[in-house]
Amino acid sequence: MSSPNLPAWLPVLADADAAFGALKAAPDPAARFQQIARIADHQLDFMQAGKLDRQLERTLAELPEPAGYDTVRVAWLGSSTLDHLVPSARIAGLRRGVVMRSYVAPYGQYRQEILDPASELARFRPHVVLLCLDPEHAAIETGLGAARGDVEAAVQAHVAELRRLWQRAADQLGCAVIQETIPNLAPVLFGSYDRALPGSPAAVLDRLNRAMIDAAAEDRVLLLDLAGWSARLGHDAWFDRVRWLQAKQLVAPPIAPLYGELVARLLAALRGRARKCLVLDLDNTLWGGVVGDDGVDRLVLGHGTAAGEGFAAFQHHARRLKDAGIVLAVCSKNDRAVAEAAFTQHPEMVLKLDDFGVFVANWTDKAGNLRKIAEALNLGLDALVFFDDNPAERALVRAELPMVAVPEVPADPAYYVRTLEDAGYFEVVSLTGDDLARARSYQDNGRRAQALEAATDMDSFLAGLGMSLQIGGVDPHSIVRVTQLINKTNQFNVTTRRTTEAELRAFAAEPGNVALHFRLLDRFGDNGLVGVLLARATGDRLVVDTLLMSCRVLGRGVELAMINELVARAAAAGVTEILGDYIPTAKNAMVADLFGRLGFTRVEPAHGSPPEATLPRAASRWRLDVRAFTRHPNFIAVGDP
Amino acid sequence: MTDPEIYQRLKRVFLDIFDELDVELTPETSAADIPEWTSFNHVNIIVACEQAFGVKFGTPEIETLKNVGDLVALIRGKLAAKK
Repeated sequence: MSSPNLPAWLPVLADADAAFGALKAAPDPAARFQQIARIADHQLDFMQAGKLDRQLERTLAELPEPAGYDTVRVAWLGSSTLDHLVPSARIAGLRRGVVMRSYVAPYGQYRQEILDPASELARFRPHVVLLCLDPEHAAIETGLGAARGDVEAAVQAHVAELRRLWQRAADQLGCAVIQETIPNLAPVLFGSYDRALPGSPAAVLDRLNRAMIDAAAEDRVLLLDLAGWSARLGHDAWFDRVRWLQAKQLVAPPIAPLYGELVARLLAALRGRARKCLVLDLDNTLWGGVVGDDGVDRLVLGHGTAAGEGFAAFQHHARRLKDAGIVLAVCSKNDRAVAEAAFTQHPEMVLKLDDFGVFVANWTDKAGNLRKIAEALNLGLDALVFFDDNPAERALVRAELPMVAVPEVPADPAYYVRTLEDAGYFEVVSLTGDDLARARSYQDNGRRAQALEAATDMDSFLAGLGMSLQIGGVDPHSIVRVTQLINKTNQFNVTTRRTTEAELRAFAAEPGNVALHFRLLDRFGDNGLVGVLLARATGDRLVVDTLLMSCRVLGRGVELAMINELVARAAAAGVTEILGDYIPTAKNAMVADLFGRLGFTRVEPAHGSPPEATLPRAASRWRLDVRAFTRHPNFIAVGDP
Repeated sequence: MTDPEIYQRLKRVFLDIFDELDVELTPETSAADIPEWTSFNHVNIIVACEQAFGVKFGTPEIETLKNVGDLVALIRGKLAAKK
């Protein structure tokens, strides 16, 4: 049933009737939700996605917030019909730990919805607004003879109006904005010459897209590149003139599963759920042949054969990902020495041993090895992508570790790169210097681990690290990274509250509120921005809104230095009491007793009385007496950025 | 493909779209008989039929459809033209 319109990297659902039949019969909503999530991990056409989404809808009515998933409210605003795309987007969200709640505005109403403070949109309180404009709606009539300057002026006026809408959405709704690029379906008048004629519909639309993309980058509006992605399969696959005339559907229904993926990836990236590590098999994945049987000299890799060039291209792509901050790891059934020899001895090997954060080559099962890799890197299993040509290994990992992304690997290495591109595991919504340095920092972690083995005790290890902490506020320089860290930190995070840049800016601007970021350096390198602390001023006390730390620096005492800083600031501001809440999630058990360790005492009751009223029942509340506080000793020097 | 075969495949399409379909499909069945047969689902039926039967309907053809009988006749004609 595989069609080019479907996500080719997902496994085909073997017995769809049985799978859907079991769903209808499953009485327990939690169990049914798990079943739905497992089905969602398969290649579904738009009809199946719709069917599954109806089961999801029914299940969410009983189980509104499934454990381990982020709920994201998405408002779909557009100039054309969008309803038919929502089910596939929601199913794609499940693949990435996101439960999407959606509101679809009546088509063509996007301006009113954004501008009217009493609109349905405002009542929906979206986390994300997705703005989709179709090429007819976006057409600007400049006249065929218009000069380049006139076209530019008309385009800029159009973009200025869009920017006002973006700004308004971000400010009034406090949400992230996603702007879709516009596929160039403008009518062709002459042919190729249209592109050279500034006033032709196609040229004007090109110019509009370009100006919109530049403005979005400047305004930190996210892009959904419909124009770019639709070009991969072609306009004829993505857009259907009959559907357009019949129902004002721009994206054709059969393509909804691919479109939904594009939406879901952005939501996942916003919630820090993009994958962070690419785990690679070796034999017939990074090269052709089996190194243990064929020997290093006979591996198919590099110049001389088409397949060899395909494998080399895949290695180049993996290295580009590494340079973009994705950690690479090896998980191979091989003797370690034999596997390493391939890297040190083959003249055309693109990847080198030190490109990998973890290198596992042994004969034990791959699910166990993937667990080890995640642990060594301090990453969750849901941060891993496992790329292996062997279908049996893929099936094993999918069964044992459903949270690991396991793409179908095509038989031909020519399509390996394409598979990773299409699967979109590594979508980001921003890229900072810290991201680019991340892969490097994992290697530094490896060296730190060796230093720990060499040190006789923990204290001498920490003292020998020569750590210094730079403390800064939430300002234009740090806000991108701070927002990113808030939205993606799951484990060392007491409240797991998510935010947008607009909300964070407003929080930091409020008098009395504390908004701090922490950057850790040591003799092995810069660990980057690793901690965030937000505390809200309410009367003469501070309530910790967010306290989180990157797991990369676990066990170094950063949290002690963070709380020392908070208490010092509180004392200076005349605050006598600091309150903190722990809100348990599926992932943050490691900080269940954090406040206790930091010198807070638990206060009862956590639930029911203001200002705790909005806390979930399972939360616990903690209190610190500022005047009775003694600073926590640690091995970190504090300096200014 | 005979008419009964077309009806059989069409029934599957309808079952995929309407989870609680309790009517038999006859030539007279129309949107009035199935509450969930909304304009949204009407487009889904058309697209799903195009996929299930490997045919493509034109804009004027879609507009003439009043009931299942019209749809089956259209599919029958398209399949015959394919041969």
